Amino acid sequence: MSEIDPHGSKPQSPEEAASSGTLVASIALKQRAGGIVVPVLTAVIAFLLGGFVVLATGHNPLLAYRDIFNGAGLNWIFHPTTDVANTSAYNLTQTLLQTTTLILTGLAVAFAFRCGMFNIGGQGQYFVGLYVANWLGYDFQGMAALPHILIAVGGATLAGALWAGIAGFLKATVGAHEVISTIMLNWIAIWMGEWLFGDGGPLQNAANKTVPISNDVATSAQLPVFWGEQQLQGLHVGFFVALAALVVFWLVLNRTTLGYEVRAVGFNPEAAAYGGINVKKNLVRAMAISGAFAGLAGALDMTGYLYHFGVSDIPANSVGFLGIAVALLGRNTAVGTGLGALLFGALLFGTTHGLSSNVIQPELAGNLTYMIQGLIVLFVGADVLILYVWNTRKKLRPRPAKAAA
Amino acid sequence: MADELVLEMRGIRKVFPGIVANDDVSLDIRRGEVHALLGENGAGKSTLMNILYGLYKPDGGEIRMRGKPVTFGSARDAIQAGIGMVHQHFMLIPVMTVAENIVLGIEPRDGILLDERGAERRVKELSEQFGLAVDPGALVHDITVGQEQRVEILKALYRGADILILDEPTAVLTPQEAKELFGIIRSLQADGKSIIFITHKLNEVLEIADRITVLRRGKAIETVPREGATEASLARAMVGREVLLRVEKAPAQPGDVLLSVEDLQVVDDRGIPKVRGVSFDVRAGEIVGIAGVDGNGQTELIEAITGLRKAGSGAIRVAGRDVHDAGAREMLDAGVGHIPEDRQRRGLVLEFTIAENIALHDYADPPDAKWGWLFPDRMIRRAATLITEFDVRGGGPLTRAGGLSGGNQQKVVAAREIARDPKVLIAAQPTRGLDVGAIEYLHRRIVTERDEGRAILLVSLELEEIFSLSDRILVIYEGEIVGEHTGEVSEEQIGLEMLGGAERSAA
Repeated sequence: MSEIDPHGSKPQSPEEAASSGTLVASIALKQRAGGIVVPVLTAVIAFLLGGFVVLATGHNPLLAYRDIFNGAGLNWIFHPTTDVANTSAYNLTQTLLQTTTLILTGLAVAFAFRCGMFNIGGQGQYFVGLYVANWLGYDFQGMAALPHILIAVGGATLAGALWAGIAGFLKATVGAHEVISTIMLNWIAIWMGEWLFGDGGPLQNAANKTVPISNDVATSAQLPVFWGEQQLQGLHVGFFVALAALVVFWLVLNRTTLGYEVRAVGFNPEAAAYGGINVKKNLVRAMAISGAFAGLAGALDMTGYLYHFGVSDIPANSVGFLGIAVALLGRNTAVGTGLGALLFGALLFGTTHGLSSNVIQPELAGNLTYMIQGLIVLFVGADVLILYVWNTRKKLRPRPAKAAA
Repeated sequence: MADELVLEMRGIRKVFPGIVANDDVSLDIRRGEVHALLGENGAGKSTLMNILYGLYKPDGGEIRMRGKPVTFGSARDAIQAGIGMVHQHFMLIPVMTVAENIVLGIEPRDGILLDERGAERRVKELSEQFGLAVDPGALVHDITVGQEQRVEILKALYRGADILILDEPTAVLTPQEAKELFGIIRSLQADGKSIIFITHKLNEVLEIADRITVLRRGKAIETVPREGATEASLARAMVGREVLLRVEKAPAQPGDVLLSVEDLQVVDDRGIPKVRGVSFDVRAGEIVGIAGVDGNGQTELIEAITGLRKAGSGAIRVAGRDVHDAGAREMLDAGVGHIPEDRQRRGLVLEFTIAENIALHDYADPPDAKWGWLFPDRMIRRAATLITEFDVRGGGPLTRAGGLSGGNQQKVVAAREIARDPKVLIAAQPTRGLDVGAIEYLHRRIVTERDEGRAILLVSLELEEIFSLSDRILVIYEGEIVGEHTGEVSEEQIGLEMLGGAERSAA
């Protein structure tokens, strides 16, 4: 018989604990408390609602989802083959290509979250990584492959870290909220791209001055493709880097003193400071590590299959924002982020091609991805909102004892 | 007439997942009586009262009011039946006036507008009738905690409460305010109101209650009249074993000065001076208690000594070493241990396991870590040893700290701080909100650590705690030490000084 009374003054529900840490921390806690059931349920409901929309347009949602499933190459598991002449194998390589990016942009959100911050700036950090990888990949022509790749990828990762580090630094020094500053940094990154690749921009194509597109990265800086043809956008070794990043993420958080500090600050900055942890240093560092993940995503995309980037590609790209949905759905854990990335990777690729218009209109299919993404963010966000309301309500009640008159 | 039953709760049962919070609990309340509900934290007092107030649905048993069975689906039903409850945390709106708060929800109207005058008049009548002095026109954020409590009581009376539930009402009050509250309770009683008084403080029970029901682990152990009850008998019923109520300690044998504070100035977050020229020494082997009403600079003083807040001018020395500008990390290294006043907000990361919490200061040093790499198994082994030594119950090294009871949480904090072998141990409100058993343990432990030769600085809002533990008492008022006592001193004298009385009478 436990002497714990669930509604007494002693034990802590997640909501009660929420008042001790930051809002973000309490959400992270609440989410992990929900375990695997909530994210699975969230995804299922999102797909169900998406199905109703398909139904409303007069199509069969089951057929549509089957086509998306096949279009994403997930039917490959029924007939596994490495031969990319096989449609399902080719589709799968494309899905995994997207997954590679989303794992890293997801981790960029998840890591900051674990330190109690909401990094909305994954998109900007990704762009910065993309730009720097393109620059370093194009310069140093004639270098040996391995050092060139390391320089391009390493430089881009560092750039992402610095970019996000600005937001962390501003939060630690003047208290600027990271949500606002990372959004602002996103816009700076976007316009920076317009300038870099635009007419007369420093990274604009050297050979053809009329197109607002960058140079191609040198062959020496291109990542080896291990599945499929390089010319047909095969799957590059960056996929393994992303998988390794998941392991690193888990190890850093759970097996290093750095991770201990990150989690302590994320859960309860006041207790962390009391424990002797430098909270401000951790805010900057965690943000920088987050940015490194996003910068790495940009680097791998640039050296793995894009090779060049143009002004018109900028608005079309939203992998950084998708990372938010991936991390939230994955409850900011390594395994969850990996699975979330696979889900969204499959959706991204599965809805963009290979669908026959009598099953579902292609434009509707594309929008289905955004809809499901939106619904998932909405469901996770509903949690956020409820918690926020709950917190403000709680603040109204217990009033600190004041000095007697 | 005096024995007329207004309320009967029969065989109340409430089960939460995994826990039987109330097990066949019966309670009857007479008209015009003060009935104390006594029990340790988690004994099921709040659950029982939340059932009575319509906040929980019982899983079994029945409630009768004046002989008729009733069921309450919500607090609204309970209020309509004449039950009022004053929670531990007040639910007032700071920016509204006292009168507005009281009438909120059932305002007297003048057309579509609030009849402000009518409201104030009604509130005035009520407060005069029961001797609850409070200015109806004052804004709630301008009044004291004691007055806020009166507003809560008036709120219940305004809604026609005949049975008033007071949930640990003295927890937030000074000794003087508590005395006034008891006066109010007596006048309510004289008017025929019944009062259910929830508490775990034995002295209060013996002072105010007519009858006492003791709960332990969800069961009603006994209902006894005050006559014949003693602190010892009640404590035994509460805890289920004999409890040592007095702290036994040998006379202090003070050694070298280990903590020295000299003319210290500290400001709070808004830049307001909170500690104003405080000086004192704490020697090895003595307990120095700082008494004072909450908010008189105790928090800022401790934060400065532990490096959690920047100190202004003045000096802080630990074992002779100047640590005036040191941060939290340097203070830990200098040998300052700190049991913080808010264990849940600062003392623990509730989401962390016990093992992780034990490592909170030393996570980066061997054996917990080397070159930045953590060794969780070593953390767990260390925690397991301390859990046994400090008798932490309710979980092992991998239990989340937030899942422990308050007493066991505090034992984890104490274990961590004492295991670091500090020269100076600062204990701020070490037993706040804890039950008799845990208080007994922590008090004994603090005395043991004193005898080990540590310098102990105790800060507490509970005069009783200050008296039973301290070898020397300092009184803090508005950021200044206004009194120092080594020998015999009365509680009244300290209470007077806590309210600035010494200053006034000297002037």
